[in-house]
Amino acid sequence: MQNDSQPILSVRNLKTNFFTDEGVVRAVDGATFDVHLGQTLGIVGESGCGKSVTALSILRIVPRPGRIVDGEITLRRETENGQSQDVALTSLGENSREMRSIRGAEIALVFQEPMTSLSPVHTIGNQIIGAARLHRQISKQEAREMVIELLGLVGIPRAESAVDSYPMQLSGGMRQRALIALALSCDPRVLIADEPTTALDVTTQAQILDLLRSLQDQKGMAIMLITHNMGVIAEMADQVVVMYLGRVVEEGPVNAVFGESKHPYTQSLLRSIPSIHSTPKVQLPTITGTIPHPYNRPAGCPFHPRCPDVIPGVCDKHEPELHTVGDEHLVSCFLYHPVPEAGS
Amino acid sequence: MDNDQVLLEVKGLQKFFPIRKGFWQRAVGQVRAVDGLNFHIYKGETFGIVGESGCGKTTASRCIVRALQPSAGEIHFRVDDGEMTDIANLSRDELQPLRRHMQMIFQDPFSSLNPRMTLFDIIGEPLLVNGVTDRRQRVERVEELLALVGLRPEFLQRFPHAFSGGQRQRIGIARALALNPSLIVADEPVSALDVSVQAQILNLLLELQERLGLTYLFVAHDLSVVKHICDRVAVMYVGRVVETAETQQLFESPKHPYTEALLSAVPLPDPTLRSQRIILEGEVADPANPPSGCYFHPRCRYAVDLCRERTPELEEVAPGHAVSCHRALELDLAGTLDAPVPQTAHS
Repeated sequence: MQNDSQPILSVRNLKTNFFTDEGVVRAVDGATFDVHLGQTLGIVGESGCGKSVTALSILRIVPRPGRIVDGEITLRRETENGQSQDVALTSLGENSREMRSIRGAEIALVFQEPMTSLSPVHTIGNQIIGAARLHRQISKQEAREMVIELLGLVGIPRAESAVDSYPMQLSGGMRQRALIALALSCDPRVLIADEPTTALDVTTQAQILDLLRSLQDQKGMAIMLITHNMGVIAEMADQVVVMYLGRVVEEGPVNAVFGESKHPYTQSLLRSIPSIHSTPKVQLPTITGTIPHPYNRPAGCPFHPRCPDVIPGVCDKHEPELHTVGDEHLVSCFLYHPVPEAGS
Repeated sequence: MDNDQVLLEVKGLQKFFPIRKGFWQRAVGQVRAVDGLNFHIYKGETFGIVGESGCGKTTASRCIVRALQPSAGEIHFRVDDGEMTDIANLSRDELQPLRRHMQMIFQDPFSSLNPRMTLFDIIGEPLLVNGVTDRRQRVERVEELLALVGLRPEFLQRFPHAFSGGQRQRIGIARALALNPSLIVADEPVSALDVSVQAQILNLLLELQERLGLTYLFVAHDLSVVKHICDRVAVMYVGRVVETAETQQLFESPKHPYTEALLSAVPLPDPTLRSQRIILEGEVADPANPPSGCYFHPRCRYAVDLCRERTPELEEVAPGHAVSCHRALELDLAGTLDAPVPQTAHS
């Protein structure tokens, strides 16, 4: 279906490391995935799995001492004559004119914390107008009208007066809507939403997810949804990428990843979630141990010390790679692909 | 169940916070954080309070352990199978001997442990406060507690920073258990944890309940967690209980429109169950300036004129199932268990 068209954004073997005094943290270690227009790619994983750093890498705003050390990020841009042109974001300078024209305009980001990512001393309207006028040649008056329209679009009541309110005057859900309006102000084709509903209540979460879905239907943009909540992924995503300690362990269409999950990590993670349908008061199957500290990342497959199906002598020595196990369904696990020859 | 099985009974509990303004800090209004709570908890059960932020669930739990002084109402608590005592208005000194019977587990395992104290000091402090002055005795008890919550006794002299979030939550649980309490008030004990760790802590709580006969008051916003661990549940909205029932009953056939919406808003980890969600309009009412009548009526899709005018009372509609809704008996609301049971993803 979606593979008839070219992906709007493709990430190949992305590696982002943090060079700290204590050692090198491999925050993202070989992420590969595609994002398609009109589709939602869900990136799911627990804390420290590198899902947020992946987003920052795509926007080229990885904070120091982090750096992209390898891999390619390619964005398909429309040129003025209607042709499309591939831009390698990894080869652009972080502060180059071209990168700045992409960041916020072609690829926009919605942050996790609606409380801290808006300036408290500027009105909502001025913050969005500022962002819009940075990328578009429009007058202040035009921008203001556009912002009012946007605020209405994201479901903020009485947009004409809300445009002049300060963030503290709005509730968490409304602030998240304002942030989405800010991200949409330049009509991005890729919207990266990093835990957009984590700080919100369930009924507000349902409202925001519904909003993202209807905006996608209207505008046809691609959404990259980053979250730790398996429920949100199941609800929203078309394609899913499961990450663990910086590595993609499994990716594929949402029904395959949830219905026929192959990687022991995905399987145990899904099993350990208490569900409304599961038997109450029984012990939940758990994953033993905890997520290792990024400085002592295990050798071989990073999941092997906690894996129920670990193959001794293989998983702790070699790093598995993503292999196809079904229709667009990839898994990085030695249970599904041959063990490399010794010495390789 | 008969009455001497009740461990805690809350009657008409209210907690108002004054809103102060101006130079003289005069009270110009009040936030009705908890506005007339009634419920009881049986010995050995897990009672859940669910609701969205600002509904007063944390304030209610803090009033019950008397970390806050309630504005009005009664809190009857049974100590050592004796008579029920109303602890709502006891003084500090009168409370002191009772406090060891109710302990709290906090939400954030990072800020609820003092970073300058070792595990021995943290877990041993309640013992010291309650008169266990012999160090050897305390060491023994702390080691026992560490083993109980699944930590190694050698960790005694370490500091909290050496532990992960899940391990820290275990330390907090060990501290709460130090004095053999009968009631544990757990305020969102797993919401700050990663999914894989969350399951470990839930298992530990269930296991401890079985071994030690604990009673839990479990405050949470995550309905799947509540469904898993609680026997009975109260749903709160803007300081009041809107519905209370046995867990299965509540999830199967909710009687309050807010419960229905709340249940339907939970995203389930199964893509084949993408159902039509009930999207509530608007936002949670402001407890400083609540709407007239039923607090939920501005967002309720079943509201009629009566709902705007009169506040509904919490009334029993079935044994053990109480609802505060004028239309509770006529509405046919959908529960979550109506949806087809998903085939397990990995059988």
